[in-house]
Amino acid sequence: MRQFFSILMLAVAGAASVTGTVQAADKASTVQVSIFNYKFDAETVTVPVGTTVTWTNKDEIPHTVASSDQGFPASPGLDTGDTYSYTFTKPGTYSYYCTLHPFMKGKVVVTPAIPAGD
Amino acid sequence: MDKIHDEKLKDSERRKLLTCLAWAGGGLLWTMKGGVLQAKTLDGLAAPADADFSFIQISDTHVGFHQEANPDVLATLQSAIAHVNGLGRAPAFAIHTGDVSHLSKPEQFDAAQQALKGIKTDNWFFTPGEHDTIGDNGAEFFKRFGGGVNGKGWYSFDYRGMHCICLVNVLNFQNGALVALGDEQLEWVEDDLERVSSSTPILVFAHIPLWTVYEPWGWGTSDAPRLYSYLRRFGSVTVLNGHIHQIQQKIEGNMTFYTARGTAYPQPQPGAAPSPGPLKVPAGQLGSYLGIREVTHVNIKGPLAVTDTSLAI
Repeated sequence: MRQFFSILMLAVAGAASVTGTVQAADKASTVQVSIFNYKFDAETVTVPVGTTVTWTNKDEIPHTVASSDQGFPASPGLDTGDTYSYTFTKPGTYSYYCTLHPFMKGKVVVTPAIPAGD
Repeated sequence: MDKIHDEKLKDSERRKLLTCLAWAGGGLLWTMKGGVLQAKTLDGLAAPADADFSFIQISDTHVGFHQEANPDVLATLQSAIAHVNGLGRAPAFAIHTGDVSHLSKPEQFDAAQQALKGIKTDNWFFTPGEHDTIGDNGAEFFKRFGGGVNGKGWYSFDYRGMHCICLVNVLNFQNGALVALGDEQLEWVEDDLERVSSSTPILVFAHIPLWTVYEPWGWGTSDAPRLYSYLRRFGSVTVLNGHIHQIQQKIEGNMTFYTARGTAYPQPQPGAAPSPGPLKVPAGQLGSYLGIREVTHVNIKGPLAVTDTSLAI
């Protein structure tokens, strides 16, 4: 019984530790991109894999965020103040644009994970 | 609704318009006279008495928009409708050159449809704007306003000697490029025009300008030159668009191009602002930036011409 209890404690500690790590990563890996004056700001963001990018439309006109090559799911039409988030889980370069105003272009460069211990 | 009550309603609409000019919605009345198209904004001027028929162009109603540039787009649309109904005679038909809704939402289409029913005309012809095709490639729009050829929105019709072609140029957006009509649609236009004699006046309408007004803002259609190649043999071609919420005109040989004002909010002139976002103008001036277009047709031989005037009173 004591042995079982010890294992249980270890499991709980382990779970807590994992959860803590995820939360820390979340905080460190959310990047905001504004949509304002018919531009993505910043036009190019470089982020480590696992990062969530959140776009916020600050224009009076709706915009969309759509991958140029189906690299990630397209947003719905974003009205003023609406946001759209996507978590990039694979390294690569993701070009995107606004399907309503295709002269609006942006890029998310996703770099490989930083090795543990860095 | 009986006629007297109806007249009272119109009077009250007119009074509202005069006292609240800030929200004077717009549109244009087109009259065709001897193959000559003329446009007037709806500021109480009647169509020429000798016109064969007239039709209305209404554009960019953006129902659902509720920002500073115009907090009440339904009110400006209603003002435009009051103008149309105050013309004295019903237009033969009405065309809507797109952006009926702001975000392609069913409730926005519902409200727009309900309002547009107020125009006294028997026939409506619609082409979608890019705001009407968000998320579903226009499925909801085409369900409500007609799917045209193969359910893709384009179609043609004839009215009293004029051949009219509705095109769709809001479904082929590519990253960084001007929108295109696409090969399938252009091939259909070529076939459609084969049976039409060169002396027939041609009316073409679509949402985004079919000539390059300003490329940096996407105000043009990349494969429009191929369309021109099919239109060159006709003596009189008139091309109507919306999208840029202002009047711009161009004449190229036998083809005259016009963009219409919207009823929702104005946009800056090409390159005159950091972005094409809504132009905020003093409330009392908004009416002069919004418009409807009327075309009248008189059946004599002659070149086409179109004029525009402002809605401001």
